[in-house]
Amino acid sequence: MCLGIPGQIAVITDAERLMAKVNIGGVLREVNIACIAEEGIDLQSYMGAWVLVHVGFAMSRIDEGEAQRTLQILEELGEMQEELNTMQTSGATA
Amino acid sequence: MKFVDEFRDSEKAQYLGQAIHQLARELEPRLKRPWQIMEFCGGHTHTIFRYGIEQMLPDCIEMVHGPGCPVCVLPMGRVDDCVAIAEHPEVIFTTFGDAMRVPGSQKSLLQARAEGADIRMVYSPMDALTLAKKHPEREVVFFALGFETTMPSTALTVLQAEREGIHNFSLFCNHITTAPTIKAVLDEPDLMLDGFLAPGHVAMVIGLNPFQFIARDYGKPLVITGFEPLDILQALWMLLQQLAQNRCEVENQYARVVQTEGNAAALKAMQQVYETRDFFELRGLGSIDHSGAGMRPEYAAFDAEQKFKVKNLTITDPKDCQCGAVIKGLIKPWECQIFGKRCTPENPMGALMVSSEGACAAYYNHGYGRDAA
Repeated sequence: MCLGIPGQIAVITDAERLMAKVNIGGVLREVNIACIAEEGIDLQSYMGAWVLVHVGFAMSRIDEGEAQRTLQILEELGEMQEELNTMQTSGATA
Repeated sequence: MKFVDEFRDSEKAQYLGQAIHQLARELEPRLKRPWQIMEFCGGHTHTIFRYGIEQMLPDCIEMVHGPGCPVCVLPMGRVDDCVAIAEHPEVIFTTFGDAMRVPGSQKSLLQARAEGADIRMVYSPMDALTLAKKHPEREVVFFALGFETTMPSTALTVLQAEREGIHNFSLFCNHITTAPTIKAVLDEPDLMLDGFLAPGHVAMVIGLNPFQFIARDYGKPLVITGFEPLDILQALWMLLQQLAQNRCEVENQYARVVQTEGNAAALKAMQQVYETRDFFELRGLGSIDHSGAGMRPEYAAFDAEQKFKVKNLTITDPKDCQCGAVIKGLIKPWECQIFGKRCTPENPMGALMVSSEGACAAYYNHGYGRDAA
């Protein structure tokens, strides 16, 4: 029920009612963008932005930099774990 | 799909699993009993089962599946109220699909529909508003339920109805709020929880501050968590690190979506339309102070509770149901006396058996505890 799904804003369809078409996994759906539209910012600038869609509303911009940072941490953790594993196996055979 | 597939990478999941096992080995001598972590949100429960995350965890970590499934904590009396509204001949009653099968004292919405009530499943509250525009001669009621994740969408829909002057639209408002519900769990005297995976999409709306009391006043570490398997594993790893380092903080694993302050536009719409109720009943947990949101008097014209003089019936759960004890982590789903016998997903007695986000349905559908039952 509380799930959200990432989508990319394709086109602003109704600037007054803050509606946009969002590409969600290849399907275009009309989505309300009132929660992400900041006052005084041209709506056209949101085209291409990644958002989290929940029950027909874009609830949050997805921060690409933060996503990369999280993945980077996991990447480094993986490398460290791999090194530990190698250490343990080579220790066992020695 | 971008921002989804990367967070389901099985190699990274394995490394995270190894890191968790390693930390657990270091911590184990300090533990007197298994470490109990509650994932509050039903969405997390769903991911944990779907990806078999519990099987990846060391024995000293036990997951407790919390009450954050709005359908699961919906009291029977409220379902009866829904049915009563839906059976008005002029009403088109709209709801998210999850709520259709929740048992009321007489019938579920699904059964009421079979008997002729005009009940329709919608994806979004905005779809209900569109229906109201299309059918000006009917009264379209949307069953608003859910925690803060869903509240902005229903509030914005009411504001839109007001702007467009659509008066044959109303909400049957059953929204509930997260912090009072977590507090009710924490105030349970037999509580054994050691930490929380907190609901990422609630935090996306309300920010980190409303969760601080859990670390500050109750001494339980907490990580705001996303919904993909790597999110959950990373959050568990972060929680274990807090434990290992004797820290007790609110940390944010889901920074790609959750900002510290939450979402200002969403909070503004919620505050405009909703006010806190003095108390609200949650199934399995009983009446909790300040846990529900009702509509402000200014929006009475859009409030189905006012329009239909809803009775707010209180119906006691079947005596044998132990949903409350399961939600609080006091017993495992299969330890309930009717689990898998008189209560199954096909024929649910308790609400936890209804939704795929409910702990009992998740256990049952994945075959756990069926032998015991």
